[in-house]
Amino acid sequence: MMTKAVPWARDLGFEVTRIEKGRVWGSQPWDDSLVGDPDTGVIHGGVITTLLDNLCGMSCSAILSDFRFVATLDLRIDYMRPADKGRAIIGEAECYHVTRTVCFTRAWAYHETRDKVIATAAGAFAINQPRPADKLESLA
Amino acid sequence: MTPFEANPRAAEVEAFLARTPFAQKLGMRCDIRGDEMTAILPFSKKLIGNFTIKALHGGAISSFLELTAMAQVFLVTDLARPPKTINLTIDYLRQGHAKDLYARAYITKMGRRMASVRAEAWQEEKSKPVTALMAHFMVGGD
Repeated sequence: MMTKAVPWARDLGFEVTRIEKGRVWGSQPWDDSLVGDPDTGVIHGGVITTLLDNLCGMSCSAILSDFRFVATLDLRIDYMRPADKGRAIIGEAECYHVTRTVCFTRAWAYHETRDKVIATAAGAFAINQPRPADKLESLA
Repeated sequence: MTPFEANPRAAEVEAFLARTPFAQKLGMRCDIRGDEMTAILPFSKKLIGNFTIKALHGGAISSFLELTAMAQVFLVTDLARPPKTINLTIDYLRQGHAKDLYARAYITKMGRRMASVRAEAWQEEKSKPVTALMAHFMVGGD
């Protein structure tokens, strides 16, 4: 779905699997081309960063009552353990606080459950003000 | 004198990028002069994150910055393997336009076990960075 409109997300091949109010889940399949360490076959951290960045942004859209675009202000990632070679990575993001201009999010990446997490993320997103109608043509 | 004669580690950094599938997927290159390295991410359509405003994807920029910081640590140490990332913080300062992106990394502190690194990516003007990164890497005995 939404990832189809985002070339870099589409190129990496991840999918959104579930959406609730303020929460989004996604899955990033393992692929040869995403490897960051050719000796071990571990996926590069940048893939996890992209996955969690995208899911965090979507969790903001999933909590706001009006449709708005959000832009990442900052994102912090902590790597707990390497991902296993050949396995898909599950990402889960939640938007836990909203102000008029900023959404606060956190996210997790894991194979099975959040008990054994690969990486965690915390990000703040700026809520873009709606564009005037005459500028919306470019969205069509 | 070629860059490799000036710094024998330069060849190892280039080899690291060449054999890392994800660096190849991004399409990044590097230009090494002594202990200074500028990383280059040539623009490509697949790096776009938002079609309507033709902006680079934040994930692509941060992957590029993480690899740049990693390569800089690898360049100035005698590590056998590229360092492992412990954590990183990314500030998205300006929109990344549909153009080439450049980056440099600066080592704030090189410890015995960990290195603290700052990196910045820019487009037209180096003084107007698009994205800034702060990261910690394991550089020994993990």
